[in-house]
This record gives sequence, C-alpha cells and structure tokens, in this order.
Amino acid sequence: MNSRRSLGQRIGTYGGPVLVIFWTLFPVVWILSLSFKPESGINNQKFLPDSWTLENYRTVFNTPLFTSALRNSIFISLIATVLSVMIATVAAYAIARLEFPGKRLILSLALAIAMFPAVSLVGPLFDIWRSIGLYDTWLGLIIPYMSFTLPLSIWTLSAFFREIPWEMEQAAQIDGATPWQAFRKVIVPLAAPGVFTAAILAFFFAWNDFVFGISLTSTDAARPVPAALAFFTGASQFQRPAAAISAAAVVVTIPVVVLVLLFQRRIVAGLTAGAVKG
Amino acid sequence: MTITGTAAPAIGVPVTDRTRNEKRLGWKLTAPAVIVMLAVTAYPMLNALYLSLFSYRLTDPAAREFIGLRNYGVVLSDGLWWQTVFTTVIITVVTVAVELLIGFGFAMVMHRIIFGRKVVRTSILIPYGIITVVSAFAWRYAFALDSGFINTWFNLGDFAWFSERWSSLVAICLSEIWKTTPFMSLLLLAGLAQVPEDLQEAAKVDGATWRQRLTRVTLPNMKGAILVAVLFRTLDAYRLFDNVFVMTAGAQKTETVSFLAYRQMISRTALGLGSAVSVLLFLSVVAIAALFIKGFKVDLSSVRGR
Repeated sequence: MNSRRSLGQRIGTYGGPVLVIFWTLFPVVWILSLSFKPESGINNQKFLPDSWTLENYRTVFNTPLFTSALRNSIFISLIATVLSVMIATVAAYAIARLEFPGKRLILSLALAIAMFPAVSLVGPLFDIWRSIGLYDTWLGLIIPYMSFTLPLSIWTLSAFFREIPWEMEQAAQIDGATPWQAFRKVIVPLAAPGVFTAAILAFFFAWNDFVFGISLTSTDAARPVPAALAFFTGASQFQRPAAAISAAAVVVTIPVVVLVLLFQRRIVAGLTAGAVKG
Repeated sequence: MTITGTAAPAIGVPVTDRTRNEKRLGWKLTAPAVIVMLAVTAYPMLNALYLSLFSYRLTDPAAREFIGLRNYGVVLSDGLWWQTVFTTVIITVVTVAVELLIGFGFAMVMHRIIFGRKVVRTSILIPYGIITVVSAFAWRYAFALDSGFINTWFNLGDFAWFSERWSSLVAICLSEIWKTTPFMSLLLLAGLAQVPEDLQEAAKVDGATWRQRLTRVTLPNMKGAILVAVLFRTLDAYRLFDNVFVMTAGAQKTETVSFLAYRQMISRTALGLGSAVSVLLFLSVVAIAALFIKGFKVDLSSVRGR
C-alpha cells in the first residue's frame, strides 16, 4: 500500500513535468523534423526524416519573398515595440503615481481594446489606409500594432510601477543627488525590468500578428512573415512548399525561443501581472 | 499612489492648485496612449458602423447607395451567418473547456514541481511565443494525407482529415488548444499561488481527501483567477482566425465569424456587407465580455469581503 503510493507520487513528480515538456515541444520538434526532410522525402508519412538535408533552408534564404518578409517583420515589430513601450511607460507612470480623474476609465479602455476583435477593424482600416497612403507601408502596420500592444503594456507597467518604492528617489535627493541623478540611478534600474517585460510581450504580439499583416499589405514592401508564410508557394510552382514553409517557420521561431530562454521569469510575471490584479 | 508631499500646503500654495497641476500632468502623460488606442479602434469602428449602412463595393464605388439597416437584414437572415456563429461557438466552448482542464493540470504540475522547475516553466512559454500561423502549419502537415504522420501512428489508413467538417474542426481546435493552453495554465498558476497554504494544511489535518481539498479549498479560492483566464481565452477563441485561414481556408463549413468578416471585406471587397458582419462580430464580443464582467463584479466583491 505504502510503496504503491510512493510509486504513484513518483509518477506524479516525474511524469507531470515530462508530460508538460512533451506537450510544449512536440509540434516544435515535428516542424523542425519536417524542415530537414528532402523534397523527395517530405511525404514519407513518418515523424522523422529518412534522410536529412539543409536544402530547405537554402531555398528560403534564396526566396526574396521570405527574406524581405523577415526584414519587414523584424523592423516593424521592433519599431512598434519601442514606440508602444515608450508611450505606455509615460502613461503607466501617470496612472501609478498621479491622482487624476479618468484614470480608471483609461484602464478600462485599455482592457476593452485588448478584447477588441481585430478583424472587425481591417475593413475600415483597409479603406482609410488606402485613401491616406498608409496601405502596404511599414507605418500602416506599426500604428495598429502600437494600439493593440498598448493595453497589455499599460496594465503590466502600471502594476509594476505601483510596487516601486518611489520614496527612495527622495531619499537619494536628501543624500545630495540631483533630481536627474536620483531618477537615473535609483528609479531607472528599478523600473527597467518592468519596461523590459512589457517590451517582450509587445514584441511577441507584433511578431505573431496575422490579421493586419494579410489585410493591410499586398507586396513584399511591408508584408510580414506570418502573412508571407500563408502565401508562400515554394521556389517553383511545382515544388511542394511544405518543406520550405517548415524551414521558414523554424527560422522565425528561433528569435522567440531565444527570448523565452533568456527572459522566462519576466515574461511570466508580465503575463500574469494585469490578470490577477485586474 | 499617495503624494509623499514636500509639504506644499505649509508653504502656502493652495491644495487645489497642486491637484489641478497633477490633474493636468496626468492627462498630458496619458493622452498619447489614449489617442493611439482610440485612433485605430474607435474611429474605424465608427467608420464600419457608417459603411454598414451602405450598399458599397470597392470594385464599384459609383454604385454606393444608402440602404439603412438592410445589410444587417441580409446577414441575419442568411443561413451562412448562423452556420459561422455555430462553428465559432463550438470551437470556443470546446477549446476553452479543454484548455481549462489541461491548463489546470499543468498549473498543478508547475505549482508542486520539484524536479526540472526551470525547464518546465521555460518550455511552457514556447507555444505562447510561437506564431499561430506556424502552429497551424505544423498541425496541418501532421494531419495532412501526404505529409502527415498521424494516420500512420494511429493506423487510420488514408483518412482525409480536411475533407470533412468535424475532423477539420478537431485539427483546428487541437492547434488552438496547443498554442494557448500555456497562457491559461500560467494564469491558473498565479491563482494557485494565491490559495492560502495553511488552509490546505488545515484541511489535510482534518482528514480531507485530495478530491475534497480540490473542490472545497483550492477551486473556491482561485475562482477569480479561473474567471479571468476563461474570460480572456473565450474572447480570444471567439475571434479565431489564423488557424482557420491556414488549415482549411474556411472549407468544409469551418468558417468562423472573423473569417467571414475578412472574406466579405478583403476578398470580396464588399465593404458595406462586410462592415455589417464586423459590427455584429464586435457586438457579440461586447456581449460575451459584458456577460462575464457582470459575473466578475459579484466575485470580485466576494474576494474582497473574504
């Protein structure tokens, strides 16, 4: 009886984590495996390749549609992230530290926008962007990405800023620091992790977006990776694109995995900050 | 945050002046965020509302004509609309329910984990970070007749998953569930962490079984976190678009409301009719949110009263 129980517990201790890791990595390993299958062996209907090749990676990096999409995605996501986090930091500072009417309203607005169905906007945006020349441009995507990453950033940052011991700023000033020194040496190091967390989450959103990407672009001038993947047809018309798409998918997944590995704890803190308190 | 106050009133500056300045500064600092958020949501939404009152196709702008609410009549009396609503609701209910179950299991694992804590918490974030389109492709190729291994593994012969409605929906739901369960489990984990440990211990001492502790102690204490997680995921699932686009392109009656709106507006360039669908999509999301938040208020007050 006793030994059976400890066996059960042992399965719980090791089996649970193994199950979670299997769940999270299984499709990733599958797409990785697909990307190494040669063109002729893509349909072997097995999980692993019969023979391995790097050909697919050569194909995608020689496909202008993909390389330009990669460039677009990187720059559009980064620019949108930086702008969004800058605006959100200022707003969250005000929400956390100042008393003014409309504060709750702004937080509610942010929450409402986080729940907004993006698809219901693409029609009007498509129309407006075409008439003011933002259609198929970087800016045409940066603006909606900013709007849709601001809510999460504001919630994360204002939750974070509330925890900062602001009186330390004054303490530093009493000790003889100038206001600027107090801000730079005391507040910035305390606030930086929160700002960083917001930035990672904003970047994930922009990097992942598909709805705006396919609706507001038409050429490789601004088309981001997710949209390009969906329209990818391979090097030639007759080639099956599965292998090349898999290779491209692996390439765009690498930055995500790197970010996750480096900043795991901060991402978790950011994801749950607004939710539990809100 | 309270103003730690450099004793402004003592110097003789009226309090009202100070609060007025603070008010102004608060508005100034939040204005850019509010403007950017509204510019891309409120204005286009009003624009959609306006366009939905017209018979308007981009390919034929000259024939644009005011028709009142007739677009809504066309949409609501069309079986296709109700079919997409049905599909969307099915996907939403199934994915959120399954995610809640698996997500709770994962949260329990992460909460009580002894070995590999960091590895598990890192790996759980990978599906969250992966592009939905990539997840959709991975699952599509896994199920596909030509490249897939699922039929081989489960001895299903040449069962064509994407040639039939329900099997297509299974594949779509699976991709959605895989990608978003981690998010759910992280929210639930945060909720689990809020359950007072001494309550658990007390229940254990009183001889409560594992099951009783779960239903009487753990779940009631994390009700708030569960509701938040379910609300977020429900609204997210109701907007499902990427997976459908990549896996079936709406074939085999797998079209969701989002996909219908997109197809009407962008592919068919029927801006009037598409706008009506968009407005209806927006209204249904608002309705779901209102339904939840009304429930929330009750729960939030009960949490505070505890």
